Amino acid sequence: MRVFEDLVLSSLPAEDEALRPEIRALIADTISQLPTDVRARSWQGFDAAFSRKLGRAGFVGLSLPKEYGGAGRGPFTRFVIVEELLSAGAPVAGHWIADRQSGPLILHFGTEEQRQFYLPRIASGEALFCIGMSEPGSGSDLASVRTRAEPQDDSGWLLNGQKIWTTNALHSDYMIALVRTSGSSTDRQQGLSQVIVDLKLPGVSVRPIVDLTGDAHFAEVFFEDVRLAPDALVGEEGQGWRQVTAELAFERSGPERIYSSVVLLDAWTRHVEEQARKDEATVRLLGGLTARLAVLREMSLAVTARLAAGESPVVEASLMKDLGTSFEQDVPELVGDDLASHPDEPIAAELHRALLYVTQIAPSFSLRGGTREILRGIIARGLGLR
Amino acid sequence: MDMQELVAPFSRLLQDICSPAAVREVERGESQAAMWQAFEDSGFLDALVDEEAGGAGLSLAEAAPLIALLGYNAVPLPVGDTMIARALFARKGDQMPQGPIVLAGGATFTPFARVARHVLAGSPEDPILVGSHESCPPAPSLRPLAAVLRALLISGAADRVMELTTAFANERSQFGKPIGKQQAVQQQLAILAEQAVAARIAAGIGARGGLYPQAAIAAIAKHGASCAAVRISAIAHAVHGAIGISEEFDLQLLTRRLHEWRLADGSESYWAGVLGAARTSAGPMASADFIRFAQGAAAEKQVGAVS
Ligand SMILES: Cc1cc2nc3c(=O)[nH]c(=O)nc-3n(C[C@H](O)[C@H](O)[C@H](O)COP(=O)(O)OP(=O)(O)OC[C@H]3O[C@@H](n4cnc5c(N)ncnc54)[C@H](O)[C@@H]3O)c2cc1C
Repeated sequence: MRVFEDLVLSSLPAEDEALRPEIRALIADTISQLPTDVRARSWQGFDAAFSRKLGRAGFVGLSLPKEYGGAGRGPFTRFVIVEELLSAGAPVAGHWIADRQSGPLILHFGTEEQRQFYLPRIASGEALFCIGMSEPGSGSDLASVRTRAEPQDDSGWLLNGQKIWTTNALHSDYMIALVRTSGSSTDRQQGLSQVIVDLKLPGVSVRPIVDLTGDAHFAEVFFEDVRLAPDALVGEEGQGWRQVTAELAFERSGPERIYSSVVLLDAWTRHVEEQARKDEATVRLLGGLTARLAVLREMSLAVTARLAAGESPVVEASLMKDLGTSFEQDVPELVGDDLASHPDEPIAAELHRALLYVTQIAPSFSLRGGTREILRGIIARGLGLR
Repeated sequence: MDMQELVAPFSRLLQDICSPAAVREVERGESQAAMWQAFEDSGFLDALVDEEAGGAGLSLAEAAPLIALLGYNAVPLPVGDTMIARALFARKGDQMPQGPIVLAGGATFTPFARVARHVLAGSPEDPILVGSHESCPPAPSLRPLAAVLRALLISGAADRVMELTTAFANERSQFGKPIGKQQAVQQQLAILAEQAVAARIAAGIGARGGLYPQAAIAAIAKHGASCAAVRISAIAHAVHGAIGISEEFDLQLLTRRLHEWRLADGSESYWAGVLGAARTSAGPMASADFIRFAQGAAAEKQVGAVS
């Protein structure tokens, strides 16, 4: 028996490969002026106009069915688009979460009315979503969330509590929050549900949190007696845990888990080319990083193939994310060591700033979307050890 | 062809003729004739030989699971090497050589050299045989193919090591519970699983390159598999504790091979150099573009030029 036997080599359908020139042209339009250190922020780069432009051009929500404004294509299509966006360092943060998680979640678990309302807006890049899972007391231990949505007489909900580390809460229209709808935190996975919160509702307040690079991408979100309509519930009451698990497979599996540092890697590659450095250490470093990325890309494609087959590859996605983020974190370490081991070689200010940025932000790669230790626990369970 | 129809019988054959006891006998220098004869009789040695020439006509990618099984079972003879050598000779229209053949992609670290009758030299397009006791010049043009073969063998052995190590972690108790219940051990086994999957995917990339792989493809395959081999072996031994070090425990049959195959036909650093050189000479290209380009995607206008 082979470990995770279903993860096998796959290949991108020709019709998806064929999208590259078009998306490239659109990206080039937007980012040709951006300096390397801004492009290195890709994941975190928020540009609502760019997201809408992508949406109008049909590059958001591609995997949503046509009747909801999508392109009726699959995860492979998204793979190509994401690969192009991140490789170029395009600002993806605006539509990112809706495209990857909220759209598929609403498609799978939402009511027909919810699909008709949200999905076309997601696909056109108009409705921006954020994820409300973490709370001050609930990070890795998500089952302990305390934010509550109490059922009301009019069958709506009354929401109270607090979320934290919510990426893009400041700029988003909606949050899909994991909340307790019955029982108490001692009930763990029982009694959790997902609700869509319109962030403009009275009682919602958002406070930005500045990170160690000086950016403010994530935020605290407070809910004080927020009245939610009955149709705020996504999926079934009490099924929040099952739904979140499925959602995390989307969050963890994509090529975004291997390309976070690729702008830095590519900028460094151009630097050594410009310096005409051809010594053995440089060539090996370049080759080794490229070889690792090639294997990770293939692995990400293999996980994408499971998604395309309609599965929810939770364990496989964890495996790939852990390996992928390790690579992403090695890039600034190794590139930094290389550049600083040539103290007499001038480097462009942009490359220098990109290196410092990626070095500082790199610890987040293995935190966001579930920490390394938690992912390894999931893999261990997949191996039958727990 | 349904590969399962070939994989299952091949797996049974290997279990029959390559039990750990039989593997040790060959390693001790006792006769390998019976084991080799069983491979000859099975017909699997011609798996990669074209159908017109009397083989099964599998591509290297199709045969990859068979070759991985050789690693999985720690087969002590150059069966994968011979499969490849026979296919190359058949394509050239040459007489099919008899007996075990090894591919030698370097001057040293040639696995199975001791038990081979011939060494394959020359190139994949123009293979020649050298007697195993003659001095054999290294054949760099065979190295990519040989490296892909080693990567496939590594991936199979990695799977077996994974299996043995998880089973052991579930059985061995310390502090009143199986060590596999200890989080520290679970985390190590998760890394082992990641590396085993990485080795398989890397080897698969190589196998997709066929019998005449480009150096860049072999580099991706062998670099990935060699890196994984080192870590897998280290974790497996750490989890097994002292028992894993003993000769009579089967783990060492596999971990020794992991190291042997890692060193054969270029280690990770060697192949990193090859890929780095290929990348440098391909001209400025974004990483994602180079990776697709190296694997045969049409070279397109690249994104990297926006700096
Ligand atoms: C850049 C960034 C963006 C984020 N965006 C979002 C977002 O949009 N929405 C959202 O909901 N959250 C978001 N998060 C939060 C993220 O999901 C959490 O940080 C993560 O789940 C870890 O929780 P924590 O930070 O509370 O750490 P903790 O859970 O307190 O963990 C601290 C350390 O203890 C370890 N640990 C904890 N429990 C265990 C255990 N059982 N076994 C072994 N080790 C353990 C962890 O692995 C970690 O090393 C974001 C985080 C970052 C860094």
